Amino acid sequence: MHKYVLLILLLSSITSISQNCENTLSGSVTDRHDGSMLIGATLIVAGTEQAVQTDLEGKFTISNLCNDTYTIQVSHPHCLTKGFTIKISGNTTKSFKLEHHLEELNEITVEGKAYNDKAKTILQSKISKSELERFSSGSIGDALNSLSGVSSLNTGNTVIKPLINGLHSSRIVIINNGVRMEDQEWGAEHAPNVDINSVGNLTLIKGAGALQYGGDAVGGVIVAEASKVPVKDSIYGKTQLTAASNGRGSSLTSQLTKSYKNGWFAAVQGTLKRFGDFEAPDYVLSNTGIFERNVSLHIGLNRFDYGIEAYYSLFKNEIGILRASHLGGAGDQKRAINSERPLIVNDFTYNIIAPKQDVTHHLARIKGFKRFDNFGKLSLQYDFQRNNRLEFDIRRGADRNKASLDLQLDTHTLLLDLDSHLTDEIRLKTGVMGRYQNNFADPNTGVRRLIPDYDKYDLGMYVVADYRLNDKLLLEVGGRFDYTDMDVFKFYRTSFWESRNYDQLFPDIVVDELDNQILTNPQLNFYNPSGTLGATYTFANDYKLFFNYAIASRAPNPSELFSEGLHHSASRIELGDLRFTSEIGHKVSLTLQKDNDIFSFSVNPYINTISDFIVIEPTEIQQTVRGNFQVWEYRQTNAQLLGIDADASYAVTKNFRLNSQFSLVKGYDRTRNEPLISMPPVNTKNEIVYQNSKFNNIRLSIQSEYNFRQNEYPDTNFDVFIPETQTMETVDVSTPPSAYHLLNFNSSIDFTIHHKSKLTIGFGITNVLNTSYRNYLNRLRNYADDLGRNFLFNLKINY
Amino acid sequence: MQMIWVETFYLILKSIINLLKTKTMKNLKTMKNLKFLATVTFATLLFVSCSDDDDAPAPVNEEEVITTLTVTLTPNGGGTAITLQTRDLDGDGPNAPVVTVSGDLTAGATYDGSIVLLNETENPAENITDEVEEESLEHQFFYTLGGDLDVTTAYGNNDSNGNPLGTEFTLTAGAASSGSLTFTLRHEPTKPNTGLSDAGGETDIEATFNVTVQ
Repeated sequence: MHKYVLLILLLSSITSISQNCENTLSGSVTDRHDGSMLIGATLIVAGTEQAVQTDLEGKFTISNLCNDTYTIQVSHPHCLTKGFTIKISGNTTKSFKLEHHLEELNEITVEGKAYNDKAKTILQSKISKSELERFSSGSIGDALNSLSGVSSLNTGNTVIKPLINGLHSSRIVIINNGVRMEDQEWGAEHAPNVDINSVGNLTLIKGAGALQYGGDAVGGVIVAEASKVPVKDSIYGKTQLTAASNGRGSSLTSQLTKSYKNGWFAAVQGTLKRFGDFEAPDYVLSNTGIFERNVSLHIGLNRFDYGIEAYYSLFKNEIGILRASHLGGAGDQKRAINSERPLIVNDFTYNIIAPKQDVTHHLARIKGFKRFDNFGKLSLQYDFQRNNRLEFDIRRGADRNKASLDLQLDTHTLLLDLDSHLTDEIRLKTGVMGRYQNNFADPNTGVRRLIPDYDKYDLGMYVVADYRLNDKLLLEVGGRFDYTDMDVFKFYRTSFWESRNYDQLFPDIVVDELDNQILTNPQLNFYNPSGTLGATYTFANDYKLFFNYAIASRAPNPSELFSEGLHHSASRIELGDLRFTSEIGHKVSLTLQKDNDIFSFSVNPYINTISDFIVIEPTEIQQTVRGNFQVWEYRQTNAQLLGIDADASYAVTKNFRLNSQFSLVKGYDRTRNEPLISMPPVNTKNEIVYQNSKFNNIRLSIQSEYNFRQNEYPDTNFDVFIPETQTMETVDVSTPPSAYHLLNFNSSIDFTIHHKSKLTIGFGITNVLNTSYRNYLNRLRNYADDLGRNFLFNLKINY
Repeated sequence: MQMIWVETFYLILKSIINLLKTKTMKNLKTMKNLKFLATVTFATLLFVSCSDDDDAPAPVNEEEVITTLTVTLTPNGGGTAITLQTRDLDGDGPNAPVVTVSGDLTAGATYDGSIVLLNETENPAENITDEVEEESLEHQFFYTLGGDLDVTTAYGNNDSNGNPLGTEFTLTAGAASSGSLTFTLRHEPTKPNTGLSDAGGETDIEATFNVTVQ
C-alpha cells in the first residue's frame, strides 16, 4: 500500500508547476466512522515534501501552495495511509477522513456499531469470553446468573431461564447474533435455545431502553454475539473439554476460524454435551439428564464500506424433567410435598425418559451493510427461525412414546436499519422491522393443543437519537411503535367457552361447533408504543451517572391468551383470557458508576411500574375424574417492582482482588396489595480472586453466595380432601424455603505448548460444603433438593 | 388485509426516505441504493404475507382422558345390579363430574364388582379398561372406605406377576351403615404394597361415592 502511494506521489510531483504560491490549505483529519479528530496525523505534500502534523484538535495548516493540483499523503499510526488529490484555488479548506488500522477497524464493522452502543443511558453489564468459558458445560442462564440483578427461574437444574430485576419469559428479549430469538420463550419452563459456547460476548441491558431490539422488553434485553473475526490471513481455533462429577458427564466444544486479508472469513463451531442424572447431596435426581448438540456456521465478507455475511446455527437439546415432579391430582401433590425425599429415586442413568423436552432450533440469517458518506450505515437483514418443541409426558398404551406437545414455530424477520451521524454531536439510529410468524400445533399428539395454530404479523419502527452536549453530558431520546396482528384458530371446550361467557361476548368468531368443542377464529391486534429518555453525565474522571426512563409495552403472549387445560409439569389447570390487552411498563433507573483499575463500583436503584401486568394465580379447586386440581388463571393487574443492584470490585494488591455484588427486588400487586409471586429473594455474592500473570496466569477464586429467604410471597396454599384419612389437608405450595449459603471454588492455569498454542487447565468445585438446599426460584423445589457438590475439570487448547 | 399491511409498511418507508432526503439530496447514488433496498424489503414482505393459508385445523379429541368410571356391583345369587358412576364429559374443563349411585346395598349380601373406564370424548367411546388390563403390571385399583360404612372388599383379579390389579373385585356388605367408598387407580405403583399409603405412583383416577347399606 505504501509503495503505491509513494509511486502516485512521485508521478504527480512532476506535473506541479509553480505559479502564485501564497495559498494555504487548512482543515482537519477525522476518523471516517466515528468522526473523532485524529491527533498527530502526518500530511506530506508530494513534490514539495512539505510535512505538517495535526494539532490537538485534529487541525492542520499547510502554507505556500500554488493554484494547482496537489497530491497529499495523510498518515496516522492507527490508520491506513491514504493519498488525496486536491485542487488548490486560493486559500482552501479540506477535511480528510482516514480509516482505522485494518485489524482495529474490523472490531467495529463485523457486527456493526449498532451493537457496540446498545443503550447509552443504561449501564450495560457484560460477560467476557473468558468468564463465559467457565460456564462451558452449563447454560446461558447460568452465566447470566453471575451478574447482579439477574437470577434465574429454574425447572430442575437444566432448564435455566434468566430473570432480570424480577421479570422473565416474554418480558425479556434475547438477541442471538443479531436475531431476536423466537423460541417459544413464553413458557416459564422453556430455556433459551442458545449454545453458550457459540457466544463471544454477552451483554445485559436491564430495562427497555434498547429500542432497536424491540419495545416489549419490560424486563430487559440480553445480547449474545459471536466473536469478531480479524481482517488478516489467519487460521485459528479452540477446543474445550469440561468434565463434571455431578451428572457424570462432559461437554466438548470446538471452533475453527479462517480469515483473509481481503475481508472474507469463515467460522465453524460445534458443541456436544451429555450428562446423566444429577445428584442432590442425599439422593439421585432421577431423570434429570441432558443431551445437547449444536453446530453453527458463519461466512462473510467484511470491508470498511460494505459487508455481507451469512450465519446458520442448529441447536438441539433433550432435557429430562425430574420424574418425581410428574403428579396426578392434588392428593399426589400433597404426598410429594410432605415427603422428605422425592417420591421416585432410581439408580443413576444416562437415559432420559418421559417426562422430557426435546427442542430443535434452526436459526439462519443473511445480513448486508453499506456505508454511505454523509449519510451513515445502512444494513438489511433477513432471518429465519424454526423452533420445534416436543414435550413427552407419561402416557399409556399406544401413545406411550408419542409427544404430548408438538409445536412448530416459524419466524421470518426483515430488518432495515440506518445508523447515521447527523452532525458530530448527534447520532441517529432508525429502522423498520417486518415479521411473519406461524405456529403449528401437530394434532397427532392426541392431546388438545396447548397453544393454538396462528399466524402473526408484526410491524415496527424506531428512531433513537443521542446528542453529545459536551464532554460530560450525553442525552438520549428514542421512540418505537409496534403493530401486532394475530390470526388464530382455536378450539375451545364448549363448557369453558360458556363458563367464561365467551358465547355472549364473542359470538362472531365461532367458525364451527363440534360435539364438545367450538372452533373459533379470533383476530387480535395490538398497538404498542414505547420510548426512552435518558442522560449520562461523566464527572471527576472516572465517575458516571446514568439516568433512564423507558416505557415499554408488550402484547399478551399466546399462553396468556389461550391456555386452557391441565399443565402436567405444574400439576395444575391453567386458564388464559382472550380479552387481555397489552401491558405497559414504566421504568426509571439511576446508576452511579465509578470505573477504575483499583476500585470500581456501581449502584443501580430502579422502579418499574407496570399497568395491566399479566400474572397467573390460583383461583379455585376443580374436580375431575383424575382427582382435584388447583386452577391457575391469568389476570391483569397493576404491579410495581422496586429494587437495587450493586457491584464493587477492589484490587487489594496487584494480584488479589475482592468482588462483591448485591441484588434486592421487591414486587407488589398494587391492586390487591399483596406481594408478587416468584420474586427473587435478596442475594449477595462475594469473591476473592488471586491472579498472577507472571506465573502462568494462575487464577484462584473462592466465592461465597448467600441467598436470603423470600419473606414476601402470596399465599397460594389450598385445602384438599384426602380419602385415605377422610380429612381436609392443606397443600403448601407457596411457603418459600430457608435461606442458604453456597461456597464455590475455581482455578485455572495457562501453559504455552507451541508459539501459537496455549493450554489452559482448570479445576473447580461448586457447592464445596455439599449443602442441601432448595431454591425459591426453582419450580421443582417442592419435590427435591437442589444440586450437591460438583467437581469440574476443564481443559482448553487455543491454536 | 395483507394489502393494508404492505401499504402501511411502504408509507412508513417512504416517510423515512423523505425525512432523510433533505440531507442526502446531493448524493444520488445513495438514493438509488436506498430505493433498491426499499424495493427488496417491500417485495419480501409481500411474498411473506401471501404465504399463509387459512385452512381450519383439525380438532383433537383427547386420547387418554378418562371421562367415565362405572362400577357395577352384581349381587351373588341374582337381583338388581347396583351401579356407581362418575362422569365428566368435559375432562379437565370447568364442569364438575356427575356422580350417580343407582341404589343401596343390602346388608349381608356379597357382590361381584367390575370397573369400566371410558373416554367418551371420542365417538364411539374408547374403553380404557382394556389398556389398563393390558398394562396390568403398571396399574392397581385401591378401595378406600370412609365414614361408618361397613363393607369389606377383596381383589378379584391380578396382574401377570400375581399382584392385585383390581378391575374385578368382590364386595361384602356388613350391617346397615353409610359412608364413602373411594376408588383410586394408581399408575406405576410400587408392587406389592400394603395399601395406598405405601403404593406411591401417580393417581389416574380418584372417585368417591356416598354409599348406604340397608
